[in-house]
Amino acid sequence: MALADHLPQSRVARARILHGWLALALILVSLFSLTVGATEVSLGPALWKLATGEALTRMEAIVLWDIRMPRLILGLLVGSALAVGGAVMQGLFRNPLADPGLVGVSAGAGLGAITAIVLAGLAPLWLSRIAGDQLVPIAAFFGGWASTILLYRVSTRRGRTSVATMLLAGIALGALAGALSGILVYMSDDRQLRDLTFWGLGSLGGASWAKVVAAGPIIALALIAACTLGRGLNGLALGEATAAHIGLNVQRVKGLAILTVAAATGAAVAVSGAIGFIGIVVPHLLRLGTGPDHRPLLINAALLGALLLVLADVIARVIIAPAELPIGIVTAVLGAPVFLWILLRQRGMVDL
Amino acid sequence: MTLAVRNITVRYGPKTVIEGLTANAVPGAVTAIVGPNGSGKSTLIKAICGDLPYTGQITLNGTDVATAQPWELAGLRGVLPQASTLAFPFHAIEVVRIGLTSGPDAEHHHRAEAALARVGLAGYANRYYQELSGGEQQRVQLARVLAQVWSPGTAEGPRWLMLDEPVSSLDIAHQLQVMTIARNFARAGGGVIAVMHDLNLTALFADHVLVMAEGQLLASGHPADVMTDDVLSRAYGCTLRVNTAPTDTIPYILPHCAAPHAAE
Repeated sequence: MALADHLPQSRVARARILHGWLALALILVSLFSLTVGATEVSLGPALWKLATGEALTRMEAIVLWDIRMPRLILGLLVGSALAVGGAVMQGLFRNPLADPGLVGVSAGAGLGAITAIVLAGLAPLWLSRIAGDQLVPIAAFFGGWASTILLYRVSTRRGRTSVATMLLAGIALGALAGALSGILVYMSDDRQLRDLTFWGLGSLGGASWAKVVAAGPIIALALIAACTLGRGLNGLALGEATAAHIGLNVQRVKGLAILTVAAATGAAVAVSGAIGFIGIVVPHLLRLGTGPDHRPLLINAALLGALLLVLADVIARVIIAPAELPIGIVTAVLGAPVFLWILLRQRGMVDL
Repeated sequence: MTLAVRNITVRYGPKTVIEGLTANAVPGAVTAIVGPNGSGKSTLIKAICGDLPYTGQITLNGTDVATAQPWELAGLRGVLPQASTLAFPFHAIEVVRIGLTSGPDAEHHHRAEAALARVGLAGYANRYYQELSGGEQQRVQLARVLAQVWSPGTAEGPRWLMLDEPVSSLDIAHQLQVMTIARNFARAGGGVIAVMHDLNLTALFADHVLVMAEGQLLASGHPADVMTDDVLSRAYGCTLRVNTAPTDTIPYILPHCAAPHAAE
């Protein structure tokens, strides 16, 4: 009999199998999302036309290629960024309740984005030339980065993170970032105010290829970095001292994790505003299902985050069609009860 | 191929916790660090593990602890901390596997099961770590450390177990079990450094004792030579009498007389 038969059933192996199922589900949901919308263009006939080499009508081409496709891709990018940003942040803070949206990192990233929108005219020419379309996501990244570092410094003493301090500091940080953002909004002119309002709704409604190009590279970098963090975050779960004892370069893991959280959150916030709860619900569901090992968890979080956000976007589009609901409302309505449930159920498990 | 601590001083802010301490430990022996609360014994083992900044020099098998890379040290020694918390719902076996993260023996996954068996938790692989008792959690952590430095002696030299109060949350049977594991590790050629609170267990299992008081080494040597009325009374600040049975009828239980019921 093979030795493997006697080994305990591995949750990691199950998590690896889940990669495939989530990827399959993600493809199906993506195709579904392309078929749903305010206009009477359906994907089936259009795909058939593409397959048979027949030309699409102008209407079909515009709706599919210029409206639904960038929106789908932006949804995939933002959903995976939010879920992975949440999972990495929870690993870094050693706490399943850490979430960029809850502890002020999104607010910090938002402040960066607002600064870029309002003060873009004051930026030196060379800066705007280098940054180009990516100025807002880059500014959001720096805002998120600064808030993550600040939060970590405040809430971590001798390698242990205090949850109470983290949540309270997050509230203070969020309030401060909100106040500074308010000042900038007050300073802004009418056109900027319109930009800010649309941006603040937390929606994929303004999706365009330009936004995909602006946020895509930063999110891709964050996702790649996150995939290298699995081992390090597993070690950090035992505390910083033990992580070092088992041979990890703790400073490097922490630095990379902070950059990853900032990049994922910053880019997501910059293109879609604040969309809550994906970052906390997705990693939690996955930990319940296939365990907390970060190596498969981060990949599954990217897949499930993208899946849920695209699904939420479909709901946001159809529920009061032809108008649409801000997606942040959909994720909050679905996510907030799950968050409360985590709090109540895990009181004993979480080391408060 | 020893642990050499040369003239180290450790400060927490303005407070000097260890001052000018020099000590040695050899592989093949259990070296116990004893002393009263606040004497600096936990600080000493933290410095040896490379967790704290210090002045002076600490070398492990000739490797300077202050400048070595984390993965180099991880191949040389495993560290059992005094208390461990765990943020996520890991299974016991998954915690042990995290110990296999780096070092020359990484990815030897059958070793995780063997390590759990060695600490008497063979059936606990798929139990949630958080649902285990304090003593069981401590033994899971010990299994993690053992998995990391599985072979006490390697071609490159001995490996070391650094144990910070390894038996403080255990009952007497498991105290004996854990100390026996440590002693076997030393008998097989590895080095063991253990911060100890229990003087009887120290006398039973240590080959070498370092007695600390107020950040300095008060005495160093074989338990029979070091554990005397004079040294212990000075170290702990109260009158202690070695090998003296009480004269009244209050029962006392010494680990010296314990015999295991059944080997686990």
